[in-house]
Amino acid sequence: MDLADTPLRRFLNEPVIPYETDDVTRLILDSHDSQAFSPVSHFTVGELREWLLDEETGDAALSAVALGLTPEMVAAVSKIMRAQDLVTVSAKRSVVTRFRDTIGLPGRISTRLQPNHPTDDPRGIAASVLDGLMYANGDAVIGVNPASDDVGRVETLLRMLDHVRETLEIPTQICVLAHVTTQLEALRRGAPMDLVFQSIAGTETANRAFGISLPMLDEAHQAALELKRGANIMYFETGQGSALSSNAHHGVDQQTCEARAYAVARRYNPLLVNTVVGFIGPEYLFDGKQILRAGLEDHFCGKLLGLPMGCDVCYTNHAEADQDDMDVLLTMLGVAGCNYIMGVPGADDIMLNYQSTSFHDALYLRSMLKLRPAPEFEAWLGRMGILEDGLRLRTARALPPVFERALTW
Amino acid sequence: MVIENPWAGLRELTAARLALGRCGHSLPTGELLRFQLAHAQARDAVHHPLDVSSLGLGGALVLSSAARDRTTYLRRPDLGRNLDPASAGLLQKGDWDAVVVVADGLSATAVHRHAGPVMDALMGQLEGWRIAPVCVVLQGRVAIGDEIGERLGARQALVLVGERPGLSSPDSLGAYLTWDPKVGRTDAERNCVSNIRYEGLDPVLAARRIAELMHAARGKQLSGVNLKASNLIDC
Repeated sequence: MDLADTPLRRFLNEPVIPYETDDVTRLILDSHDSQAFSPVSHFTVGELREWLLDEETGDAALSAVALGLTPEMVAAVSKIMRAQDLVTVSAKRSVVTRFRDTIGLPGRISTRLQPNHPTDDPRGIAASVLDGLMYANGDAVIGVNPASDDVGRVETLLRMLDHVRETLEIPTQICVLAHVTTQLEALRRGAPMDLVFQSIAGTETANRAFGISLPMLDEAHQAALELKRGANIMYFETGQGSALSSNAHHGVDQQTCEARAYAVARRYNPLLVNTVVGFIGPEYLFDGKQILRAGLEDHFCGKLLGLPMGCDVCYTNHAEADQDDMDVLLTMLGVAGCNYIMGVPGADDIMLNYQSTSFHDALYLRSMLKLRPAPEFEAWLGRMGILEDGLRLRTARALPPVFERALTW
Repeated sequence: MVIENPWAGLRELTAARLALGRCGHSLPTGELLRFQLAHAQARDAVHHPLDVSSLGLGGALVLSSAARDRTTYLRRPDLGRNLDPASAGLLQKGDWDAVVVVADGLSATAVHRHAGPVMDALMGQLEGWRIAPVCVVLQGRVAIGDEIGERLGARQALVLVGERPGLSSPDSLGAYLTWDPKVGRTDAERNCVSNIRYEGLDPVLAARRIAELMHAARGKQLSGVNLKASNLIDC
């Protein structure tokens, strides 16, 4: 009961990690909007839960209060919410972002097409991209995790992805998820770049373990803004346990550390943010039940803080989990209004060695819950003869000729 | 009932599970069962014990982490990063340019198949280096190279470790290089060559890449994100 009775103000007055020692704490407190906070400022954690669940509290009220909520507050309230509570509140909140298409609209769910390859072979990656497109995936981003952080290879992959996207005139974005410094180097070399990516964490020292700092992210954000491609140009990934695994958690629980990473993301108005929920392994999330709980918590906390939250619904082979667990989390996130999930060929990432959601899984979710792709992407799928009525996959007799051209690289 | 995909030819370009076809929005039965078999095999690889005698590493020191068994290893990553006291006592301070640590990690199968070929190809490219005796670690994680390197007085530590098994690759080896190893180093201070296996990065090519990194680390006296690999060979 202690947590439920804790006044929200206490999280402002007593930071869980000292202001003086951690720049994420400074970011959280310095950017706190007391005016936005005022509608909930007199609540305890338990009262915040009741207010969030109240039928009168809708998207507008949740949106208005977002900058008044801190990661510690939303992490605290998530701990006293059941799975259905997390879904109920998340489903009220839509966070919409735009680049070439519009992501996060109600009644829609997008996918990141993740065509990884163990040796970064451009044609192998292109093959996975085409398969994913034929299964109506890829409207959030076509994003490759490179096996090597080599700038030359990153540039090669960016040029290949840009070629495919241009040839097929796809209203989506491309990204190669190398370290941010490598992406900036590729950008300086003139590589085509849509989104700038980085993995982030919720403490200064955990970010240092990722080889990043807030000034470095500021610089990357500035460089991306100078391309004048719009306001939503960053892509971040997070995941519970990253601070703990680098011994950078300051005794704070891994879920609160995760929510603090969203404060870092929020600073840069990103197009996409997703938790890679089961990737870290059983050392941090032991089994399917813990992964389910963490996925729903992360999505809820991110949405409440105003982020365009997606989720990599996933597990590793050393965790006590399997496809059935993923089906449950996937379905609940669909009901919760998750912005996007991953699309990996056959759910098997042959480079990162874990299982995520497949192209087929996205079809299942869209079909069961009547969720459509991003509107611009839906129109493109219609023009290509891949999808009809926004929901039904057509039976292709062959790859469209223009797809064959995309492979000539 | 099954709608097949006419672009199955794309499978020649990648080992990814492409053009699987569908029944409704789900997988055809054969593909579903193949996936479940692969998952069972990957789970087995996690629990398979390391057989040190099969590695062909004569004169190697055999050490144990503080994690007593596989269950403890999976639940307590901190224990897998430290040596047990008896093993720590076996290491004496010396003056070494590098130490190579071979750890089971999450796939002893990867170590059985690829650690020997990587070592054979690597040693010829480190002529004149003072290399400490190879350390084989049971229930070891990447960061255990920090303690071993520090205790031995090695200027860099290379850890060859079984990576988490994937569905299509239960035998992938990873190589992690750390300049000036000591307890408390972060992952950003390491360089990694991953996916070492015959279907991925061939062990001989991997050894070339590792040797380049080791020479570069020695030249620049550092490792990690500030040691960019852009001027290294492409393999």
